[in-house]
Amino acid sequence: MSFSVTEPSARQKLFAGALVLVYAVVTIMPLAWIIATGFKTPSDAIAYPPKVVFEPSLEGYVNLFTTRTRASAETLENLGEPQTWYDSIVRENDMVIVGPSRYGERFLNSVIIGFGSTFLSVFLGTIAAYAFSRFKVPLKDDLMFFILSTRMMPPIAVAIPIFLMYRELGLNDTHLGMILLYTAVNLSLSVWLLKGFIDEIPVEYEEAALIDGYTRFQAFYKVVLPQAATGIASTAIFCLIFAWNEYAFAVLLTSGTAQTAPPFIPTIIGVGGQDWPAVAAGATLFLVPVMVFTILLRKHLLRGITFGAVRK
Amino acid sequence: MSIKPIERAASVTPQSVARKVRGLSDRAIAWLFVAPTILLLLAINIFPLIWTVRLSFTNFRVNRPNREADFVGLRNYERILTDGDIWVTMQATAHFLFWTIVLQVLIGFTLAYLINKKFRGSDLWTTVIVLPMMLSPAVVGNFWTFLYQPQIGLFNYVVGFLSGTDPSGFSMIGEVALAPWAIVIVDTWMWTPFVMLICLAGLRSIPESIYEAAECDRASKWRQFWTITIPMVLPFLMLAVLFRGIENFKMFDLVVQLTGGGPGSTTELTSINLKREAFEKWRTGYASAYAVILFVTVFGLASIYVKALNKVKER
Repeated sequence: MSFSVTEPSARQKLFAGALVLVYAVVTIMPLAWIIATGFKTPSDAIAYPPKVVFEPSLEGYVNLFTTRTRASAETLENLGEPQTWYDSIVRENDMVIVGPSRYGERFLNSVIIGFGSTFLSVFLGTIAAYAFSRFKVPLKDDLMFFILSTRMMPPIAVAIPIFLMYRELGLNDTHLGMILLYTAVNLSLSVWLLKGFIDEIPVEYEEAALIDGYTRFQAFYKVVLPQAATGIASTAIFCLIFAWNEYAFAVLLTSGTAQTAPPFIPTIIGVGGQDWPAVAAGATLFLVPVMVFTILLRKHLLRGITFGAVRK
Repeated sequence: MSIKPIERAASVTPQSVARKVRGLSDRAIAWLFVAPTILLLLAINIFPLIWTVRLSFTNFRVNRPNREADFVGLRNYERILTDGDIWVTMQATAHFLFWTIVLQVLIGFTLAYLINKKFRGSDLWTTVIVLPMMLSPAVVGNFWTFLYQPQIGLFNYVVGFLSGTDPSGFSMIGEVALAPWAIVIVDTWMWTPFVMLICLAGLRSIPESIYEAAECDRASKWRQFWTITIPMVLPFLMLAVLFRGIENFKMFDLVVQLTGGGPGSTTELTSINLKREAFEKWRTGYASAYAVILFVTVFGLASIYVKALNKVKER
């Protein structure tokens, strides 16, 4: 180890590490609590004092995916033995499953709209960023600033005319409408991030390719795209996370067919109040993919959240 | 800007690159590549914005599409700026903005400073700390209402346990005095890592040689902190504040799920207030004027701030 006057002493490191560890534990508690609550029974979830040790149950997950109705003892008797494990969980509470819940649909909507808008915004963002990076586009700085400024608008402020416009065009509550909307919102991020990534690729590679007889297009997709692959992938994950988490537009512009999971999860209600294990189960399934992505992205996180302004 | 657009257009393609190109010219490709992005943004951002401005001069109501909308001039603007309720909303927003930024800067910078001591496992803990920031504010905000429940809520239990008060004796989201702090706490929990990451980048950008030089000059650690660390991190910190400021001025999802603006209108931030006017009271013209005022405010404040930021960077 090299000696340096700026290297913190072992004691300083220990002290800093201990404080950060305490913060990390506190900050992770609410998330751990969401995951744990998903595996509790409704009575365990609202127990006092809060239960840290409990017998895991899948009732929350069963309730999340089904709609149930209370049945009389007589009806239950006539039904005979429960057919499946989830049937038996529901029967214990004197209920029968009458059908699937809407969670599956809402989750699927999130996947369709998330991936659709991510694909579009990364596709459009890549070609626009390439043009901004390599060509002298007239008014380049103004256009780049214009693209960024679209992000400053409060979603509710533009929601009124978008609502009116979509109603005219028949795009209200449709997948296409939401995909276009999220694409437009994400373009600022994808253009700015990708321009940064493409700027870092030496222009000599393309020039060499052009001299070898490639056309511009060929040079773009055979030389630049592979070089920018990491940047494109991390941009895509950022766009996906944004579309996945978006709530304001979703709650205002969708109600049925195209509603995504975020407006839906808070509306999960059980008998006599919110069914917290089911809400927590829904939240867990919805949040865990993002947690995994965040861990994968950790090297590019800073760049993504600052629109490429800070690159490290 | 010194170069005129026409002059720029004239020099669109560098000769060395253009020579070997077959097919489309570079200028055509540039336009082809940029146009879809610009068109989509015009259609989904600028056109609605213009429409909002137009609506803001009328008394149009979305829920009465058959009634003819009248041009009312600046009356909507006049009404908003003289309405006492709007100032209550603005105060709630200011309280939220001020305290979230202060807390996030203090905690975020401290964490970054500690993590920069490069203890073992610092990368792992950084990743753990960052998690809340990436999650859906609406879904997480909704779950926080559970943590904030009197008695059964984990938050109330922990606070009760540590302070010796009765966990069922207070309700973070039900009490007028506590609700503004309830939203500040959750926002700080969620977004402190954002400020932390940016500060960390700032701290890591300081060359070690500066500290070594200061050490040779016998500058105390305290002095080094205030004359080297803080000034060098300041541009980064200001950038973080800009991002948080804009985001929290627009704040909607997290707070709507947490408190819904209540109790009363103690946590009714501007976006929530605007949503009520536009989508519950259906006063479209009025709400449009409101939206225009908000947008001009954000844009104006952000521009002034960016100028200040550039001055700090130049130093």
